[in-house]
Amino acid sequence: MQPFRKHTGLVVPLDKVNVDTDQIIPKQFLKRIERTGFGEFLFYDWRFSGDKNTGDFVLDAPRYAKASILVAGKNFGCGSSREHAVWALTDFGFQVVIASSFADIFANNSLKNGLLTVRLKEDQVAEIMRRSREIENYQLTVDLEALRVEDRQGFAATFAMDEFSRHCLLNGLDDIGLTLQRDSEIAAYEANHPVRAEMKTILAV
Amino acid sequence: MPPRTLFEKIWDAHVVAAPEGQSALLYIDLHLVHEVTSPQAFDGLRANGRAVRQPLRTVATVDHNIPTTPRGLPITDPIAAKQIEALQKNCLEFGVPLFDMDSADQGIVHIIGPELGITLPGMTIVCGDSHTSTHGAFGSLAFGIGTSEVEHVLATQCLPQNKPKTMQIHVRGKLAEGVTAKDLALGIIGRIGTDGATGYVVEYAGDAVRALSMEGRMTLCNMSIEAGARAGMIAPDETTFAYVNGRRFAPKGKAWEESVANWRSLASDPGAAFDRVIEIDAAALAPFVTWGTNPGMVVPVNARVPELKSFVQDADRRAAEQALAYMGLDPGTAIETIAVDRVFIGSCTNSRIEDLRAAARVAKGQHVNPKVRAMVVPGSQAIKRAAEQEGLHRIFLDAGFEWRESGCSMCLGMNPDILQPGERCASTSNRNFEGRQGRGGRTHLVSPMMAAAAAIAGHFTDIRKWQFN
Repeated sequence: MQPFRKHTGLVVPLDKVNVDTDQIIPKQFLKRIERTGFGEFLFYDWRFSGDKNTGDFVLDAPRYAKASILVAGKNFGCGSSREHAVWALTDFGFQVVIASSFADIFANNSLKNGLLTVRLKEDQVAEIMRRSREIENYQLTVDLEALRVEDRQGFAATFAMDEFSRHCLLNGLDDIGLTLQRDSEIAAYEANHPVRAEMKTILAV
Repeated sequence: MPPRTLFEKIWDAHVVAAPEGQSALLYIDLHLVHEVTSPQAFDGLRANGRAVRQPLRTVATVDHNIPTTPRGLPITDPIAAKQIEALQKNCLEFGVPLFDMDSADQGIVHIIGPELGITLPGMTIVCGDSHTSTHGAFGSLAFGIGTSEVEHVLATQCLPQNKPKTMQIHVRGKLAEGVTAKDLALGIIGRIGTDGATGYVVEYAGDAVRALSMEGRMTLCNMSIEAGARAGMIAPDETTFAYVNGRRFAPKGKAWEESVANWRSLASDPGAAFDRVIEIDAAALAPFVTWGTNPGMVVPVNARVPELKSFVQDADRRAAEQALAYMGLDPGTAIETIAVDRVFIGSCTNSRIEDLRAAARVAKGQHVNPKVRAMVVPGSQAIKRAAEQEGLHRIFLDAGFEWRESGCSMCLGMNPDILQPGERCASTSNRNFEGRQGRGGRTHLVSPMMAAAAAIAGHFTDIRKWQFN
């Protein structure tokens, strides 16, 4: 995973609450067995009529074409656990999503893929949305070391993140590797909690 | 030791390591796997030369993609077929038990775990599926994970986790006749919202919860994620033990006695503190119908679609307006006047034998409205067999319902069972998101009885006034 330290990028507003993962990546695209190639299907049902891009959706507006920071309403990423939603966002070019709240599984999935989810207060989110609409080429800088978001027009806010998640993101750590370093502790736990006898017959069915 | 909740007892018993400044490392007793969220995880193992650490704590099945037409027919969608083949190949290569397409035990992953006695009280259970919360009905800690976490568990049988907060939802009193576990779940989500329990593990308690069968408890816990909860759980009791006892992979003999004694100690201690407590009066609940595009947009069947001015927050009002435009409904419309085109009885929420019995009771001696196409999809092959033994399939077929093979079916439209644009469906599934059951499809979530009644009447109707044959 690429480390995330600081990112400056164009902001696109998605002024909707409860954006669910079925909208982020509709189910017809979940059958791929790779991690890549999901970007073109991001928000597909909102962007496409039949298989034609209508150009009406905010992500397709030319002024937001190079956006890498998405700002959205509360409870972003609710619903299905599909990590494909995160893969679609990162593949499309997003590095940060800002909202007043995120669904738990979506936030976890983001963390595993170096997509930073920034929780700000509702009025701060509303202010960023307003600026991203009113100011041409509106950019934010998101600094994970300082836990701070700021623009060039005087807006600044701090955000919180648990220390371990931040540490993993800052260093781009492979957390499977970290867990495997605890092999002796896992083995000790397993020695005290063996697989049940009945489950040992399961391969025979 | 201070009094602890059910959740805290299970959490404490599964902490492998709690390194300073890091998330706790939690041991996972059971990892359920299906075809959609696992291929990239197995690829990750291969890329790093890793094995599945505990194949016997891993159980796979195919459910999301498979057609619900007779099993002998080929899968016509080549991409779905490829994903199913990938799971078959991965299970073979990594030694993971698989209940495949042609297995007599195949079914929706959240149905077969409990059915086979693989899901037990006190366990930690994960699956790359948000409705893993279902298994919490047994007093286990069960939650959905993404594909990176699937890979993590395959490789290490552990997950780093930050400890969630705890919420108790205490449901006092008794559900009225015709008001089911599904209505209780929808009533709760309607009250606290789709993010009302985000960051929390919910324990359901109170007389109305104790009175639920295991099927009802699974329906309730299944919908926990629709309120944003990390997990939902119910302390195990005699109802739980009676359900588990004798199932194929459940403990037997002396191990059974020891297990039950251990499970009895799992209930939250008197005086254990929750971060939040919510009180619900069961008697005040009615059969519910969703009117919008998330499960929190819900009203009693005898009510009307809300007026836009009833929403205080700007964002909520706009969301309601967008939802009604998508659903093709006007504010103020009486729910009972809304006609349906399709009816779906199935999904990990409501496809168990008790759900099918309830729907069959409504359908008996009736006929599906000629304008409606209605299907019943049992959650597993075992449920299908049990229903056929009881003759439920006859009641459905005679009434004009389709009787299909087991799978996720029209809950999420990843297989050929989908809505056409604009079609309106009364569905016993869990999500009424835009396009969930097919692009442009309009989903109304209801209980199995309410779905069956809508199929016959051709529109939503209050099951409390139904004339049963």
